[in-house]
Amino acid sequence: MVPVNYYIALSAILFIIGAMGVLVRRNALIIFMSVELMLNAANVALVAFSSANNSLDGQIFVFFIMTVAAAEVAVGLALIVAIFRSKNSINVDEINMLKG
Amino acid sequence: MNFSEAANTGLFFQLAPLLVFLPLTGMLINMIFGGKMSEKAVGTVASLASGSAFVVSVLLAYSLNAVHGELHTIPFAEWIHIGTLQLDWTFRVDSLSTVMMLVVSGVGTLIHIYAIGYMHEDVRFKDDIKRFRRFFVFLNLFIAMMMILVSGDSYLMLFVGWEGVGLCSFLLIGFWYDFDTLGQKSTANAEAGKKAFIANRVGDFGFLLAIFTTFWHFGSLQFDSVFEAATAHPDPVVISAITLFMLIGVTGKSAQVPLYIWLPDAMAGPTPVSALIHAATMVTAGVYLVVRSAPLYSLVHSASYIVAMIGAVTALFAATIAVGQYDIKKVLAYSTISQLGFMVAAVGMGAYVAGIFHLATHAFFKALLFLSAGSIILGMERGHHHLAHGHGDHDDADAHHDEEVFDPGDMRNMGNLRKQMPITFWLYMAGTLALAGIFPFAGFWSKDEILLDAKLHAEHFPGVYWLLSLAAFMTAFYMGRQIWMVFFGKERTEVAKHAEESPPVMTVPLMVLAVLAVFGGALNLPFDGFHNLGHWLEYTIGHVEGLPLDLGVAGISTVLALLAIFFSWLLYGKNPLKEGQPDPLKKPLGFLFTGMENKWFVDEGYKALVITPFEKLAKFLSIDLDWNFWHDWFHDSVLYAGFKWLAKFLSEPVDMGIINAIADKLAEWTQRSSESLRRMQNGFVRSYALSVLLGVVTILGYLLFK
Repeated sequence: MVPVNYYIALSAILFIIGAMGVLVRRNALIIFMSVELMLNAANVALVAFSSANNSLDGQIFVFFIMTVAAAEVAVGLALIVAIFRSKNSINVDEINMLKG
Repeated sequence: MNFSEAANTGLFFQLAPLLVFLPLTGMLINMIFGGKMSEKAVGTVASLASGSAFVVSVLLAYSLNAVHGELHTIPFAEWIHIGTLQLDWTFRVDSLSTVMMLVVSGVGTLIHIYAIGYMHEDVRFKDDIKRFRRFFVFLNLFIAMMMILVSGDSYLMLFVGWEGVGLCSFLLIGFWYDFDTLGQKSTANAEAGKKAFIANRVGDFGFLLAIFTTFWHFGSLQFDSVFEAATAHPDPVVISAITLFMLIGVTGKSAQVPLYIWLPDAMAGPTPVSALIHAATMVTAGVYLVVRSAPLYSLVHSASYIVAMIGAVTALFAATIAVGQYDIKKVLAYSTISQLGFMVAAVGMGAYVAGIFHLATHAFFKALLFLSAGSIILGMERGHHHLAHGHGDHDDADAHHDEEVFDPGDMRNMGNLRKQMPITFWLYMAGTLALAGIFPFAGFWSKDEILLDAKLHAEHFPGVYWLLSLAAFMTAFYMGRQIWMVFFGKERTEVAKHAEESPPVMTVPLMVLAVLAVFGGALNLPFDGFHNLGHWLEYTIGHVEGLPLDLGVAGISTVLALLAIFFSWLLYGKNPLKEGQPDPLKKPLGFLFTGMENKWFVDEGYKALVITPFEKLAKFLSIDLDWNFWHDWFHDSVLYAGFKWLAKFLSEPVDMGIINAIADKLAEWTQRSSESLRRMQNGFVRSYALSVLLGVVTILGYLLFK
């Protein structure tokens, strides 16, 4: 059986990749994908602990997170489409109308 | 009002408050509706108001007689309750106050009726018909105030009435405030009113001090409790102070030396006022006050002696001045002062019955004399009018202003009026004989009782008897002089030839007064069983010894009076005064007569001693102290400059330098910090995300490594 540490390491690596993706990329779609990556990194950790501790709690959490992620994608993609329609671009650096 | 008491017991004590409120009702009716009422209606309402007060007085006297003079107090209203000071408006019905009530309302009512006729003509001669109503409003107010004075149960209520009658006196002296006594446009009458008011204020101040001292020492102002406390623990110093302060009030109100100067000038008021206020009632308030305070005066002989001496000196002094006067009302005014002196001397000697007796008879015959004098003056005015306008236009007052000045009250303008005004002549004779003290007129009995008291008390009150006897002699002399000058001899002016008799509305009340002046002595005859007034007053002032008739005293005074009248006949009757001739006394008496003629220069003396220094002081206070010092220096320099400096200090360093600077700096700092803070809001989503990440890392780091 694979020790739980490996899963945690994988989860951490995925989360860091996702976080860096959010910070570094300009394309809103990519940022979106990176956010999904971070969510799923958390899911990996939850599932790993769940199986290691022989408890189903973590897995139930994962279901919830997946549902929230699906809803979030639906709203997020709609927003991105709306932004693209008005600005012809989804570069987040150009979306700065609220700057002080 | 509680009438059930009257039904049960046949007594009427609960009616006492009506004494005040009936005249007040009359006053209010005339004040509110009088403008639309006829003169007759106005006069009737006022007379009825006064007359009903007389009826109430009679009922009270009847009830008091039924209970053998037992004192009744009728609480009417609570007034002041502060600590130990309990002052209520309580009516006091005792034998003394009922005598005063009867005199005031009785004589007052007759004068009200007379005034209907008198004022009817007076307002037409003076060309201002609207003042008719005002006169009766004042007159009713006066009756109400006088009733408060005599029915009050404490020194404070007495003082309320005392001030109230003073106000009415002022209002009525200055009734023709835009005229002088000759009917010319002037402020003389208004000034006479002011003089009376101010002289009375001096007296009132003394009375107030007496009231304050009473309350301070005895803790009460209610008569009975004060007298009880005073007799229980007599403190001669305090009681002397109270009685002497009170005496100042008496000299003011009752026109005694040295404050009498206002009374002669008060003749500026219409004649009914002179009769009612300045002869019969108000001026006797001082006498009433002394009798009321008898328990206090009887405790300190020295104060009583001062009172008696002031009265006696006033009696003689005023009588000498009366001899030298030419104005018919001025003679009567000085005569009033002199007679008030008799009363004050009597009550000062403790002869309270004699004092009150003379007060009552004097009210009758002096009111009679004044009102008859008013009738004479109006008769002269009618004659004057008659001459000036021809026949049949008495009510035409238009052409009245451009006539030469004529004094209808100057006795030198009269003469032989007995032919033109026979009724007035006989009435005047009755009053004169009563005043001169001729047997059996009212004045004879009352004056003799005073003289007899003075003789009997000569040991304790030396000098009083002689002063009063001399004054009595002078009284008969100046009254004789007046009679000869006014009614006998030849007419000295055309006007006197055309003088006309007065209508019945004026003469009938005079007849009633004349009857009283003739038979008023029956109140207290000096025979056993006839000391009615004495017994009546015993209920209030304790046991009084009824004096028998002393033939010596009565004989001397009668001889003196007859002698005086004889002298006056020699001088004025035998060879009547001719037109423009100087007074026959002028030659033999020389400078003495000049003194009498000029009132012994007392007014001038007051002017030099009091008024001029006072005016100088006032001028100094107003110009130097108030204007130059307070206004120019203190206000303009000190206060203004100081305030300016303070304002500058507060505005520049304090307000601008500190408070405003704090606000400015705060605004500046906020602006600057917001300038730098807004840079954080740069619009780059990724930098926001970085901030979030860093924040999370920081918090997690803290939680992990704490």
